[in-house]
Amino acid sequence: MTETLIQVDNLKKYFPITGGILQRVVGNVKAVDGVSFHINKGESFGLVGESGCGKSTIGRTLLRLNDKTEGKVLFKGEDIHSYSKEKLRSMRPKMQIVFQDPYSSLNPRIKVGEAIGEALLDHGLVSPRDVKQRVLETMRICGLADYQYDRYPHEFSGGQRQRIGIARALIMNPEFIVADEPVSALDVSIQAQIINLLSDLQREKNLTYLFISHDLSVVEHLCNRVGVMYLGSMVELADTEELFSHPLHPYTKALMSAIPIPDPTLKRERIILKGDIPSPANPPSGCKFHTRCPIAADICKQANPEYREVRKGHFVACHFA
Amino acid sequence: MAKDLVEFKNLETHFHTSAGIVKAVDDVSFTIREGETLCVVGESGCGKSVTAMSLMRLVEMPPGRHAGGEILFEGKDLLKLSKREMSRIRGNEIAMIFQEPMSSLNPVLTIGEQITEPLALHLLLDRKAAKKRAIELITLVGIPRAEEIFHSYPHELSGGMRQRIMIAIALSCDPKLLIADEPTTALDVTIQAQILDLMRDIKRKLNTSIMLITHDLGVVAEMADFVVVMYAGKVIEEAPVLEIFKDPQHPYTKGLLKAKPIINEKKERLYSIPGQVPNPVDLGDNCHFHDRCEFCMDICRTKLPPLRVHGDHNHKTACWLYEEEGKAQ
Repeated sequence: MTETLIQVDNLKKYFPITGGILQRVVGNVKAVDGVSFHINKGESFGLVGESGCGKSTIGRTLLRLNDKTEGKVLFKGEDIHSYSKEKLRSMRPKMQIVFQDPYSSLNPRIKVGEAIGEALLDHGLVSPRDVKQRVLETMRICGLADYQYDRYPHEFSGGQRQRIGIARALIMNPEFIVADEPVSALDVSIQAQIINLLSDLQREKNLTYLFISHDLSVVEHLCNRVGVMYLGSMVELADTEELFSHPLHPYTKALMSAIPIPDPTLKRERIILKGDIPSPANPPSGCKFHTRCPIAADICKQANPEYREVRKGHFVACHFA
Repeated sequence: MAKDLVEFKNLETHFHTSAGIVKAVDDVSFTIREGETLCVVGESGCGKSVTAMSLMRLVEMPPGRHAGGEILFEGKDLLKLSKREMSRIRGNEIAMIFQEPMSSLNPVLTIGEQITEPLALHLLLDRKAAKKRAIELITLVGIPRAEEIFHSYPHELSGGMRQRIMIAIALSCDPKLLIADEPTTALDVTIQAQILDLMRDIKRKLNTSIMLITHDLGVVAEMADFVVVMYAGKVIEEAPVLEIFKDPQHPYTKGLLKAKPIINEKKERLYSIPGQVPNPVDLGDNCHFHDRCEFCMDICRTKLPPLRVHGDHNHKTACWLYEEEGKAQ
């Protein structure tokens, strides 16, 4: 029986825009605008979309690194946004995050071994005597060598720094990890190493991932279910296989056809979207995608399409799907 | 067969650092032909950008130094030209676009001022003619409302639009060669598709040669006529695009092709090349890939493999697996 670990209901996160001498709120950037989904225990849920679609904001709001504007985020059935500071802190080890650029999340003056063990000590989960042992164990799991304990972040390559980032999250023994573009800054040969590490860890530790990426091919490889976002809304969500074999939303189709495939003999029908992504501060009326949609009709300008289940587990928000 | 436009001959560009000499470009030779798109692929630090910067003579010296070799552009050695002669070629005959269009555009000048500048400088157009040409160029790169964009500032445009403007500036003097250094890496996929489409279109219309630097094999497959693969400052394989994807020879090229997850081809586990790119300081005279290679032999650790034709006549590989000395082992 699958157990729901995270439940998100109609989540909204607006960032206010201030202006004028009095810095009054003159508008809102609707980074996340009414998104609902759930993540089962032990699965990896992929969130894809282009820059500014709100995927990272969702990741941060799920961990309560941001406050929400509206809606609900339940972790194991409990609303973490209603927790007190102390209670939230005691929850923190269970939910960890891995960032895109591990260098900017490491203090250049702290030895890597200490940086990995820091949070354990802070939370009092291990005695100062045993911390080094735990750090070394975790470093080995993440493919780092013992002698690297005393090294500083600048002595590591990008791929190794990402291993450090993963070790820092992993040492807390979390149940849920938000991985925010963890391989986007890495070279192809290193990217494959990190992807394999993430999937090994998931299998061994029964971890649950929210995997945020703009790269559909990485998401397809790693995730069980995938949600596609555009301008703060979820436009399509389905099992990975279903989504990649039967994409329904025109945006999903366009995203897939835009990915360059390393096969020069392949002839494809390319859907090249016109124009740019509109500003999330002033999104288009009706369906937010209508300004770039190849099949947009009058109804798309007027009415926001309902986000509905068209097949079992396959949700889409489009008038023509 | 098309004429040779640029010929790199045993180019050596070194950097003198406190840690030692970094041979960023180490004995690199290849040719860009007229009307051809040549892709240089490789991972960070393999020397692909420094090769392009050497061609433009934009490598800062010191710490950089030309340690040898020639770059022939239509038969002339660019490395021997005076500064003045070089600046006539730069922008006029060879133009370059970069990864981050925002940092290549001046934030305090309007788009119009920046497009007309090279037109006035290189083609000696007067203001009115320059403006007319600028509007044409903006339209050519697929931006509607050219007149309005002419008067806007870079920050008012999106990333994709800025890259289009960079392409317009690069094309302003009708160059024979366009160097594009990771032009779509900072862009979203749907915008990347637009820019790649635009570059293909331009090549078809203007017959410009393109030297495209990228780390993305997908982009290579879509754009290239000819491919050069670099690793640790060296060319390790070069071949026409169909050939390199059909029959890659070097273990590194093979590994790169296998390591990339491909949409709609789900694998249980990705192939990964173990280890990491070697420290570029004081590399030995051996195959630089040897410590990551699953076929490593004794000779690979001690001797540098030559870049030679194996199989098809313009498919060259630098690997001992294909040499008699290597086969003997």
